[in-house]
Amino acid sequence: MKADNYLTLTQFYQNYAAIVDRGDWDAWIDLFTEDCQYKVQTRENYDRNLPMAVISLSSKGMLKDRVYGVTETIYHDPYHQLHMVSSPLIIDESDTLIVAQANYTVFRTKSNGIAEVYNVGRYQDRIRITDQGLKIESRHCIFDNDMVLNSMIYPI
Amino acid sequence: MNQENRIPLTPTWDHEDTSRIPYWAYTNQDVYQQELEKFFYTKHWCYVGLEAEIPEPGDFKRTAIGERSVIMVRDEDRSIYVVENRCAHRGMQFCREKHGKTKSFTCPYHQWNYDLEGNLQGVPFRRGVKQDGQVKGGMPKDFKPADHGLNKLRVAERNGVVFASFDHDVESLEDFLGPTILQYFDRMFNGRKLTILGYNKQRIPGNWKLMQENIKDPYHAGLLHTWFVTFGLWRADNRSELKMDKHFRHAAMVSTRGDGGKNDQTTNFSSFKESMQLHDPSFLDIEDEAWWGGPTAVMMTLFPSVVFQQNVNSVTTRHIQPNGIDSFDFVWTHFGYEDDTPEMTQRRLRQANLFGPAGFVSADDGEVIEFSQQGIEQNAAKKAVAELGGRNVEEADHMVSEACIRGMYDYWRKTMGV
Repeated sequence: MKADNYLTLTQFYQNYAAIVDRGDWDAWIDLFTEDCQYKVQTRENYDRNLPMAVISLSSKGMLKDRVYGVTETIYHDPYHQLHMVSSPLIIDESDTLIVAQANYTVFRTKSNGIAEVYNVGRYQDRIRITDQGLKIESRHCIFDNDMVLNSMIYPI
Repeated sequence: MNQENRIPLTPTWDHEDTSRIPYWAYTNQDVYQQELEKFFYTKHWCYVGLEAEIPEPGDFKRTAIGERSVIMVRDEDRSIYVVENRCAHRGMQFCREKHGKTKSFTCPYHQWNYDLEGNLQGVPFRRGVKQDGQVKGGMPKDFKPADHGLNKLRVAERNGVVFASFDHDVESLEDFLGPTILQYFDRMFNGRKLTILGYNKQRIPGNWKLMQENIKDPYHAGLLHTWFVTFGLWRADNRSELKMDKHFRHAAMVSTRGDGGKNDQTTNFSSFKESMQLHDPSFLDIEDEAWWGGPTAVMMTLFPSVVFQQNVNSVTTRHIQPNGIDSFDFVWTHFGYEDDTPEMTQRRLRQANLFGPAGFVSADDGEVIEFSQQGIEQNAAKKAVAELGGRNVEEADHMVSEACIRGMYDYWRKTMGV
């Protein structure tokens, strides 16, 4: 991969983190293609080839519905997320598609002000190169912690 | 201090019925230790898993009953055993994998080896070592391996669901469930083989009984779970029933949405918020299944350890594993049936977005349980109110009742002796 393209990709990963950290859900949806997949799954299910996920969305419409649930219907404690995302590892690339992965750590801070390690895992991604820039065709968040600390509201 | 604000040193239930629940039931450490003993370790069947999780001989799954780690395993003759995960020698919790396949269990510390039933079959240096023609050390001559097996639990299986009890004198599983609950159990587990779709696990910082209460409480369903109401899955006037066993410890909340199947509310996604529609209707691509026999949702609470959920096409077991008075792990096992079409499997997986730690209508349950525990702990002399639908314990043909919570505490008081 050319250095310029790697820089664009790195910027894309960091931009994703910044968008979810500030809870800009319209911008989050815009990072995906129309026929996208978004899944948050435990490593246990992934390793055992079990399909169940914590969140499993298979269209941009479902992403919008998730955002509606997050912002309008699910009652939850207010919290902030802070993502630390590693440099992406390129697995494969073509003129139209990048297959890459990156490690992430998400800290959660509730209104008591104490930050805690909330979710730790890796993104496995297929990123499409489009006229509108990079768009996520699929993002699979596979997390190591065996359990969710009570609930998961916002996307990772 | 007046009588009202006194925290009793010895917990006493100073209300005539169970329409008030003293907060010490959720905060007193001694009470919690007694609960483990009286509900999880004696006289009750506790859920351990599904047969389909261990399909082959040697397959095992590590799980928990109360705070005790146990292993469910399938033996060579295909029968299922449950043993405590604790070496009979020095107490080590020897099984570290969550699941796997093995021919026997070995504690790594001193290599004591057990067969899959839990019988001790090997003790290194049992007969000592030979040195200079003399035998030195080893176990005394009267050491009997038969006395040092793993703690074996009594096991009951019914239609693919496995329960175990540390108490070998426990009544039969069928008597434990009682005919009313058994009928709903057999509806969901009707003998068809189950297929495991996967697990979700959440740690909820609240007393374990708050989860039992949550699934015995139809009051909150249409109020907390805005999503249900918004998209027409729940209405207060849905045809519904609250059922209990004769001890009131188990319950079933049975409800039928609209006219049961693909009616206007699901196909058009209309609701009281007429303008609100899903962008992608596949979350609510519901298909009636013959085995439902009418009800579109049956939520069963089996005391103390498990919730069985059928909510439209999503079927799960939710295992309650307390880890302290103020916290429990909630383990969801999502499954399907052997004759499911690929489309039905996809439907169950999509509808799983409604349930679980991130679920549209479950994430908020975990949240309110956490904040209930916080409120309860800040003023332990007070009492919760559970008076909706009266002060007695009666089954109901509507959803506007907290009778199942009152019933659970009626049983809880009798068993705890308070």
